[in-house]
Formats: sequence, structure tokens, C-alpha cells
Amino acid sequence: MTNLYLAIPLLCLSTALLTGLFGKRIGPRGAHCINIAGVAIALLLSLLVYADVRGGHSFNGAIYTWAVSGGVPLRIGFMIDQLSAMMMVVVTFVSLMVHIYTIGYLANDPGYQRFFCYIAMFTFAMLMLVMANNFLQLFFAWELVGLVSYLLIGFWYERESAIFANLKAFLMNRVGDFGFLLGIAAILYLFGSLDYAVVFAGAAISDVQNAVTGFGEWQWTTIICLLLFVGAMGKSAQIPLHGWLPDSMEGPTPISALIHAATMVTAGIFMVARMSPLFELSETALSVVLIVGASTAILMALVGLVQYDIKRVVAYSTLSQLGYMTAALGASAYQVAIFHLGTHAFFKALLFLAAGSVIISMHHEQDMRKMGGLRAIMPITYLTAAVGSFALAGIPPFSGFFSKDAVIEAVRHSRLWGAGYAYAMLLLGVFVTAFYSFRLLFMTFHGSSRAPEATRRRMHESPGVVVWPMVALAVPSLVVGVLFFEPMLNGSLFGDAIHIAPRHDVVAQWAVAYQGQSGVWLILAMVWHSLLSAPFWLAVAGIVFAWYCYCKNTALPSKLAAASGPIYPLLQNQYGFDWFYQNVFANPSVRLAGLLSARIDVGLVDGVLVNGVARLVGRCSAVVRTMQTGLTYHYAFAMIIGLFGLVTWIAWL
Amino acid sequence: MLANYFPILLFIVVGLGVGAVAVSVGKVLAPHKPYDDKLAPYECGFEAFEDSRMKFDVRYYLVAILFIIFDLEIAFLFPWAIVLDEIGAFGFWAMMGFLAVLVVGFIYEWKKGALEWE
Amino acid sequence: MNFASLNAAAARAEIFLAVAACAILLLGVYGDQARRAARCYGLSLVALVIAALLNGLDFSAANGSAFNHMFIADPMAKLLKIAICVLSAAAFVYGRQYNRHRGIFESEYYVLGLFAVTGMLVMASANHLLTLYLGLELMSLCLYAMIAYYRDDRLATEAAMKYFVLGALASSMLLYGMSLLYGFTGSLQLSVISSVLTADAATAAQPQAAIALAVVFIVVALAFKLGVAPFHMWVPDVYHGAPTSTTAFLSAAPKIAAFAITMRLIVGGLNALPDIWQQMLILLALLSVAIGNIIAIAQRNLKRMLAYSTVAHMGFFLFGIASGNAPGYSAALFYVLIYALMGLGAFGVILMLARPEYEADQLADLKGLSKRNPWLAFLLLLLMLSMAGLPPTVGFFAKLAVIHALVQSGLLWVAVLAVLLAVIGAFYYLRVIKLVYFDQPPSADPATAAQTTTTITEGDIAVSPAAILLLSCNVLAIIALLPWIHYLIAICNEVIRRFAV
Repeated sequence: MTNLYLAIPLLCLSTALLTGLFGKRIGPRGAHCINIAGVAIALLLSLLVYADVRGGHSFNGAIYTWAVSGGVPLRIGFMIDQLSAMMMVVVTFVSLMVHIYTIGYLANDPGYQRFFCYIAMFTFAMLMLVMANNFLQLFFAWELVGLVSYLLIGFWYERESAIFANLKAFLMNRVGDFGFLLGIAAILYLFGSLDYAVVFAGAAISDVQNAVTGFGEWQWTTIICLLLFVGAMGKSAQIPLHGWLPDSMEGPTPISALIHAATMVTAGIFMVARMSPLFELSETALSVVLIVGASTAILMALVGLVQYDIKRVVAYSTLSQLGYMTAALGASAYQVAIFHLGTHAFFKALLFLAAGSVIISMHHEQDMRKMGGLRAIMPITYLTAAVGSFALAGIPPFSGFFSKDAVIEAVRHSRLWGAGYAYAMLLLGVFVTAFYSFRLLFMTFHGSSRAPEATRRRMHESPGVVVWPMVALAVPSLVVGVLFFEPMLNGSLFGDAIHIAPRHDVVAQWAVAYQGQSGVWLILAMVWHSLLSAPFWLAVAGIVFAWYCYCKNTALPSKLAAASGPIYPLLQNQYGFDWFYQNVFANPSVRLAGLLSARIDVGLVDGVLVNGVARLVGRCSAVVRTMQTGLTYHYAFAMIIGLFGLVTWIAWL
Repeated sequence: MLANYFPILLFIVVGLGVGAVAVSVGKVLAPHKPYDDKLAPYECGFEAFEDSRMKFDVRYYLVAILFIIFDLEIAFLFPWAIVLDEIGAFGFWAMMGFLAVLVVGFIYEWKKGALEWE
Repeated sequence: MNFASLNAAAARAEIFLAVAACAILLLGVYGDQARRAARCYGLSLVALVIAALLNGLDFSAANGSAFNHMFIADPMAKLLKIAICVLSAAAFVYGRQYNRHRGIFESEYYVLGLFAVTGMLVMASANHLLTLYLGLELMSLCLYAMIAYYRDDRLATEAAMKYFVLGALASSMLLYGMSLLYGFTGSLQLSVISSVLTADAATAAQPQAAIALAVVFIVVALAFKLGVAPFHMWVPDVYHGAPTSTTAFLSAAPKIAAFAITMRLIVGGLNALPDIWQQMLILLALLSVAIGNIIAIAQRNLKRMLAYSTVAHMGFFLFGIASGNAPGYSAALFYVLIYALMGLGAFGVILMLARPEYEADQLADLKGLSKRNPWLAFLLLLLMLSMAGLPPTVGFFAKLAVIHALVQSGLLWVAVLAVLLAVIGAFYYLRVIKLVYFDQPPSADPATAAQTTTTITEGDIAVSPAAILLLSCNVLAIIALLPWIHYLIAICNEVIRRFAV
């Protein structure tokens, strides 16, 4: 089985290297054949592993010892349990879809092979991340994911805006990674090991839990969890490190789907779930997670309301949904977070691909104000987008309904500090989510076309390679919620992979309401119950309001915007985060760097230290070489002098 | 103690005596008719018409080196011959090995033409 | 006394090689005049390979000795002998075409080479001052002749003359040191010398002045053979003046042999007196690394530059011995083997670039090499990176091992100086890379220009593919050995552990 585990990431790595190094040689066709074959096999193997893990075979062990430093072994190792096996399936499945979709989306792009190399590498990094059994490998994969994401966002590197966006993504992630690295360092300091198993076992000892740091009365576990969560905030784009994600839409749409829907942003969520034995020890950290998540969920959803770029709407909805997942983590409902992560991966990838399909059809026009009435021209895209929107809004029986309801219920049951605030924000978020997702649907596909005449004549449904992945994603968007709800509820979905302290176990408290029911009856009971509760009606209200605003009375939105006073511009500027970062951090840093570069680096380091020393050595060399006269008796004389010197020295000693 | 060195002293005295006698007897008895060639520093090969830092024919060196090699071989053979019955077959074959190496060199030199004057 | 008690089987590689050299000498004067040289060349290679195999076959066998303990066969000797044979054979292969173009592709050249190798093998196994001296002189005399073999070249004869005169001086110092040692301990056997000195050190607080004098003389002679400053003056002249094929030969195997006698004498014989030689070796090594690296910067001739680089490298490996502990000896062994590999590769590249009437030994000749001959340029790049000691080449690990040993034995300040001096050295290695990759090639390719000005009757100007292939293997080993680096270091450790006195 170990070889099988190893084969899954290595397949992706090898196709990435093959495409990267021999891209010209194998051509576009070769590139996509190799990569799709690679990731498809990886998917099959992942399914095999998942089945095996469900059968009760988990694995935790080192594969290769890279080095030993100061007694701490640095290893590559795998921890394969229900959590990582499920993540492997999600990662490889979404990746496969994106691979196929890219054939159509990037046809004739000069960077075709390069793109395949990147996404295969990305899949590799993501697999290594979820399969890791130690913090070092986790960190390496984490950084590799960040690097490939940087490359992908800047895929069209001739564009000024793409360069800016990838730099921004990289820098913001760096801030998060710094916290993450400090967290890992703290773990190494406290536990003396980087292996998950050792650390988790060590964390269970009460002495360790109560260990207090030197600065203030802080528990080590709180410090560690908060630092790790800073890393998760960067990767999963939580406020205030969220700014890079909307900008990253500069990348090609398949990337928006792959990175910003399914995989990269979920790394943070996954990581926190993986660290559940640590987070369970610190209620402070859990409260922080909960509040940050809920705030992100509502604030980003509100920004989504005022966006016109179709991809940006989806991007802000992703941010908001990530907030939901984070809130679930904060409420100790890790399995709910991962459940929402899984359903969200499907329907969000679907929405992105649908948006991409629309963009292709509109000849790379992304402004929704110039769309409309596409329903007739692109029926399949419309249907799949509708499925995605329903799932996002949380209407039964779409997958999003189950997972989102689970998140809200989990937070409702939570007794942590800040849970009440979080619950209120999430509920409000449901209404906003439904509104903006149907705003997108209505503006794009309903009404009359607002596109220029020239574009309108050439519009058509997208080709098969674009449509089929959408259909393939629409099916799970419909059904995975139903399928996985029960195992999620009774805790069998992840088994031992997730550790929850009994007093935090909100899902168990919630499950009490459905005691004794199973199978279809459980689903029906759940749906019935929700029909009588607030989230469902809020979602319906959002949809209806969106219909009223964008189909019935299309003048209303602008009136509302005008009436809102400072709120509308505030949302348009995304609460001023970008302005703040730009003026407080970025610009002064650039000025300081310029100063240091001119004075310290060029003047002192280059001028005096580097070139000065080089000049000195050069002069010495010119002087010393004159000793080499070429005359034999001089040489012999030098030998005798040397001998004499040594004898004198030794005699004196 | 010093008595042990007496044979050596005797040897030196006899050697000097023989040398002195031979030279003086030649001086007294031989006819003495000097001419240019006879007074030259070397009596064979070529005339000394330049200063002494001149080019020599490499053949002189070859012959000289060959002479030294075989001379040393002989010098080595004498003591060997004296103790041969004590060192037995081992000593015999050891010397054969030594000679074989010399023979190899000799054959090489011969085939290379180092022994041909012209 | 009988034949069995000699236990000559322990020395079978040396005996075989000596007999083979004699046979090849004779074969060189018989048979078809035109094919003699090529035949002797081929047979020499076969002989070297067989000699290497003879050593490799019982590599891990227990330590043996021959000729009443004058000759010893321990794993270190075997390892060094294998390296000597293989590297010498490679040097012959690289130099073949070069020698043909310069009219020194003759059977005698290779016979001299074989005798030199025989001498080195004897040095590697010497456990007796006479054996050691015999091997050393056999090697040295052959090397003098090999340098002078290019009779028509003024530089080569001058180089041979200098090497001979200075070598004789160094040999006399060695003999003087040995005779003092003999007078003091009453034995020529290194193991006996060692035990006498150890017993003496246990009783007397201060070693006698005479023995200190002996150590100084021996160290000086060894320093000359290694080419360590201030006894290095011959190195640049000889490396520069000798035909490049001989320089290649000179740069690899004799260094290993010199390492062997250093180990035998210093560690095997004088191990009771570290107080005397340790400080001296550190001083010599520091001087050597400093002088080698600094003067190399001012060189315009590639062979000369590499000669100074050798001086620096020899100093660096001496740090390992100077650290005076087993990890240090092991690091020195590893370093010298890796250095031999790199040095041979570097001169191999020059040999591949050389053409009739064109030596390719000026630094300016390398300008824009990457455009004219990308593969050789790449090999040169690897070599320079490795010599500079940059990861991920084995050169880095060799330096690391030495530094590590220095730190372990508490010589922290020496380690710091060594690293700083190595940084200075990186300059001229990187300059070669800059010339090769970033400078514009001269308007006319000097290699082709040289060909057009001379009329060449021989059809084959280009070097043989086999030589290029072997050189590529040699140089790529610098990178390719990486995954097994721990294994290699473990072998060195094991060999030193079983180092026999």
C-alpha cells in the first residue's frame, strides 16, 4: 500500500516535470494527454485508497529520512486516514476536471504546456500537503502550493495587473506563512518533534497543556494554535489577509476554479481540522477562529453584492463560504467544516467553470452589465450554473443546503465566547449569499441581452471539453450532500482522524434531535426540520428579492445604492483594506528599501565591503605572484628558508 | 679497537705504493716524445678546439650509463657468489630475478640501437 | 628464509604491474613499427585495470603484510591503489590524442607511466622507510622523465629540470629526516618507530631536539611532494611547462600517493608526537590555502591557475590530517580522492580542447566556450563549481567534512580561516564560468584557426568519442555521486578505522 500512496503524488510530479522540461518536444497534445492520464490514474488510486481507508486500514509512517539535524529527524512521511483520503479524492477529482476544461479554455495559448506543468505541480503539492504526517512536509508542501499559485496567478505575465495580483498573493501569504512557521517552531520547541502523532500524543498530557510562556500568562497551546491559524488565515483568505483572493482572478479561469474553489484555499481549513487535537486544547484560539470566520463570512458576502465582474462575484462568494468553514472549525465542528469544504469544492468549481464558459462565449468579457439573456444561447451552462447557485444558496436537496445548515446548526450549539455573534452573522450571511448568487444568475442568463451587436452574433454554447466537466461537477453538487450527511452527523465520516473534546462536541448535541433515524428518513427529517427554521426562509427571501431587483424592477438596485449613503462606496472599496495596506505597509516599505539599497547596499556593502575586499585581494595577488621568479635557485632558496623557519619555530617551542 | 682498522691502513699504504711505483717506473723507463695530440686532454673521439662547455655526443653518456649499470651488477654479484651456499635456492632465484630485470633493459637497449656507434 | 615467508601474494598488484611494464617495454621494440605505440598504450590500460582489480578483489580482507612487514596491505592501501590505477588509466585515455599530435605517443611514455604507478602503489603500502623511499623515488624519476619527454618543447625541459633539482633537494631532506629517525629509534620499520616513540613519550616529558629535527625534515619533504606552501614553487612551473597529458597524470594519482606516505609517516610512524607536527601542519596548510588562492587570481594561464588551485586544495586536505583525529584523517582521505577526480577532469577538459599547435591553456581561450562546445563548457562549469566547493557538488561535501573535523578537534579559528580563504578561491573558479558562459567568443575559433595554419597529415583531428565519454563520466560523477555520499564517507571512515601501522 505504501507504494500506492507514493505513486499518487509522484505521478503528478513526474508529469509536471515531463511537461515542464520537455514541453516543446511533446507539444500541446502530448502535454494534455500525459497530464490528464497522470491525474486520472491518481484519482483512481485515490479512490482505491479511500475505499481501503473506509475499510479500516489507516497508515502513519515515514517513507524517507531526508536528514537528521540536532536529533530531530526530517522526514517525508504519510498519514493516510479518513480525512486525508477524502481530501486526496477531492483534490484529484477537481484537478482532473480542471485539466480537461483547460483543453478548451486555453486552446491556442502560447503557454499551454507551461500551464499544464503548473497545475500538475500544484496537484502534487496539494497531495503532499494533505498526505503529510509531519509539520516539515506540511510546511514544504504549503510553500510549494503558494509558489505554484504565484506562478499561476501571473500566468499571463505580460499583464501589469496579473503581476501585481500575484505579487500581492505572494506577499499576503508570506505574512500568514510567517505565523505558520513560528507556530511550527513553537511546536518543535515544546514537543521536540515534528511528527503529528508524537505532537498529538504530547498535547494530551496536562503538563504540556498548562505550560505557560514567559511573556504574559499565555498558554503554549494557545500561542501555537493562534500562530498556526495565522498561516491558515493567509492560505484560506480570512480577514484581514483576504485581499489577494479577489485579485487572483487575474489568472486563467481554470485556476480560479482550481485554486480558489477547491484546493489551495481549503489548505488552511484542512490544516486546522488536522490539528484538531491541538485546537481542542485552547478555547481562546477556538473563539478567535470562530469570530474571524463569521466576520469573513458576512463582510465578504456583502462586498459580493456590489461586484459586476462575474468572476469577482464568485470569488467573494468563495471568501464568504471559507468564512463559514472557518466558523465551523471554531465551533469544533471539524467534520462539518470539511463536509462543507467538500460540497463547496464541487459547486464552487462548477460556478467558476460556468463563469468561464460564459466568458469564453462573451469573448473574454467579464462585466455582467454587458451580459443578459444567455439562457437561450447556452442552455447547458445555464442549467449547471443554476445547480451551482441553488447549492450555494442552500436550497434542499442540493449539496450546499446540507453542509451550510450543518455549519449554522453547529455554531448555534456552540457555547464558546462569541458564538452568539457568529450565529447572527452567519444567519444574515445566508440571506446575502442567496441574493448575490441569484443576482449573478439573473443578470447573466435572464432578461434581454446587453451585449454589443458584434459579440452577440458570435455567441454560442461552449465546446464539449468545457461543458462536460461542468456536467460532471453538477452531479456531485446535487448529490454529495445527501450521500455524506449521515456519516458526517454520526461521526463515522472521519473516525479517529479528528479529535473533539466532549464538551465541545456540538455536532453530537445537534445529532440528538435526530436520534434513531437513519437513511432516507434522516434526510427527510432534516429537510423537514429545516423548512421550519430560519436559514431556509432567509435563503428563499434572498432569491425572491434578487428576482425582484434584477428581473422585475431593475431600477431598484441603483436607487438602493444611492440611498445607502456611505455604505455603498465602502463596499465598493472593500472596507479600505487595500488602501490601508498600500499606504501603511507597502509604500513606506518600498521607500525604506530604496533608501537601504542606495546607501547601505550599493554604498557600503558593494562599494566598501565587496568590491573593496576584491580590490585588496587582487592587489595582494599581484604583489605575491612576483615571488614566483621562475629561477630554480630562488625556489630552492625558498625551500631552505621554509625549512629554517620551521626548525627555528620548533626549536623554540 | 683501532687495531681492527690496521688492515685498511695497510691496504691504503700498499695501494699508494703500487701507484707511485708504477708512475715513477714509467717516467723513468719510457721514451718521452711529446707532440700536440698527445698533450690534448682527451686522446680519442674529437679534438678539443673550443672551451670545455661544449656539446657532447649523447653516445658517450649511453655507453657510460651502460657501463655503470653492469659494473654495479658485477659489484653486487661478488658478495652474492661468496655467500651463495649459505643463502641457498632462495638467494639464487632472488639474484636471477635481479638479473632478469637487467636483461630486459639490455634487450630494450640493444633493440633500440643504443649499442650501435654509427 | 624462503619464498613462502615473503608472502609476496599481498603485493601481487605491484609485482604484476612491474612485470607488465617490463613486458610492454620489450613489446615496444618488437613488431610492426607503426602500431607499436598504439599496442603498448592499449596494453598499459589493460594492465592498470587488472592491477586495480587485483586490489579490489579482496578489498575487505584482513590486513596483510609482505616482505617481513616492509609492505602492508590494509584497506586504505587498497582503496588508494584502486584510485591510483583507475585515475592513471583515465589520464592516459584523455591524453592519447594530445600526445599523438605532439609526437610523444610512444611506448616508452606509457612504460614510464606504468613504472610511476608501480612506485605509487609501493608508496601506498609502505610500512618501512626504505620501501617508502623506494616507491617515492621510482615515482619521481619516472615523472621527471615523463615531463621531459616532450623534448622539443623548451618549457617542458625547463620544467623537468626544475622539478628534478628541487625534487632531489626534497628527497635529500627526507633522507636526512629518516636517518635521524633511524638513529634515534634504531629501526626503519614504521611500526617499531611508532612503538619506540610512544614508549619514549610516556617516560620523558619533553621529546629530544633530534627527534623534533627529524620530524621537521620529514614534514618539509612531504610538503614538497604535496606541493604545499612555501614548498610549492615547483608546482606552477611544472604544471604549466609539462605537456598537458602529463600534467593531467601528475595532478591525480601522485597526489593520492603523497597522501598515502603522509598518512604512513605522520599518522603511522609519528603518531606519538602530535605536538610537534600538528602546529606545523596547520601553519603549512593555512599558508598554502592563502597563497594558492590569492595567486591563482592573478593568473592568465589556465594550467597555472589550476596549479595554484592545487596548492590551495592540498593545503585544505592537510587541515584534515592536522586535526589529528580519525574523522580528520577520513575527511582528508575523502578530500584527496575527490580532488584527484576533479583535477583530472579539469585537465581532461583542456586536453579535449587542445588541437595540434594549439594548447587551449589560456584563460582567454575559454571565452564563449559555451557557444562553441556546449557540452565541454557544461563539464567545466560542474568542475569549477565543485572545486569552489559549492553545493550540490561533492566538492562541497569534501570541504564540509574537513571543516567538520577541524571543528570537532576544537580548532575553530582554523576552520573559520579556512572557510574565509575558500571564499577568496571561489572568485577565480567563478571567473572561469563567466568566461565560458557570458563572454563573447573570439571572432575566429582559435581551435579551427590553428588547424588552418598548419598542415595536418593525420586524418583524425577530433578527439575520440570514448575519451569524451570517459571524461563525461568522470565529471558527472561530481554530481552523480551525491546520493551515495554518506556511503562513500562511511567507506572512508571504515578504511581509516582499519588503518594499520
